[in-house]
Amino acid sequence: MKAKIYITLKDGIHDPQGQAVQQSLHTLGFDSVQEVRMGKFLEVDLQDVEKESAEATIKSMCQKLLANMVIEDFRYEIVET
Amino acid sequence: MNIGIIVFPGSNCDRDCAHVVSEVMGQSAHLIWHQGRSVQGMDAIILPGGFSYGDYLRTGSIARFSPIMEAVIEFANQGGLVLGICNGFQILLEAGLLPGAMLRNTGLSFICEDTYVRVENADTPFTNKCEAGQIIKLPIAHAEGNYYTDPVTLSALQANAQIVFRYCDTEGNATILSNPNGSIDNIAGIRNAKGNVLGLMPHPERCAEVIFNNQNGYLIFESMLTSLIEHPPLPV
Repeated sequence: MKAKIYITLKDGIHDPQGQAVQQSLHTLGFDSVQEVRMGKFLEVDLQDVEKESAEATIKSMCQKLLANMVIEDFRYEIVET
Repeated sequence: MNIGIIVFPGSNCDRDCAHVVSEVMGQSAHLIWHQGRSVQGMDAIILPGGFSYGDYLRTGSIARFSPIMEAVIEFANQGGLVLGICNGFQILLEAGLLPGAMLRNTGLSFICEDTYVRVENADTPFTNKCEAGQIIKLPIAHAEGNYYTDPVTLSALQANAQIVFRYCDTEGNATILSNPNGSIDNIAGIRNAKGNVLGLMPHPERCAEVIFNNQNGYLIFESMLTSLIEHPPLPV
């Protein structure tokens, strides 16, 4: 089973990297770009776990290490492999 | 006094700190590898600057779970003096010993330059040799020193005099122009509510002796020493 984890900055947290990418896209002529927010994407392989306990495990690892809850949110998908 | 300096893989200011402790302060510096589990016998702990674990995931986030950190957290909870410099500050934030988090510098650059900071609270074990409002010159060297915290926590920091250093100009004005990295409220360093843990982005160990033509950084080490002498820590 595989977890796909998305970590993003909370709304309202300044994202200088996203802003720089946005400016660059504008320079390239992608005028329709309104805003860019940058985050992280992780794939975590899990072995020998049920889907329900996998969810609890993923939540716990996000809260403890993968995301900093002061500035970031996380969401995830669990995919059977 | 015995000062423990924690060495993480990627720390690069550990030896500078040890040099200041042993050669300038005249105390015993103990480099403690992060895989250790004890800080027994130490009178104070320094988390030095650098790039622990290559800054992977988030600055300080992996170092925070190094085995030694349990002992450092316990040491702090018992009232022991803990100083976090730059990456050490980031580790203290990730460990929850100080509130808030670090974001990328607003300008995205890694900034390596001298800054001026105003001593906002001179009544701490880390600043008792400074004067309130004193402007001191300290160098910074970081890409992620843009301190952030939520408005409630920020109000608490302000109300409890936990903001110890603010970036300012040579006249002491803390303005947007004197803010190198976008830190909320020009914050360069904060202490915990109890007052025994300090984190700051500038590097006092890089300007703590005559040869550097700037000894402002030594004020912080000298303050710690004074505090340790006046209030000897109980043996851990």
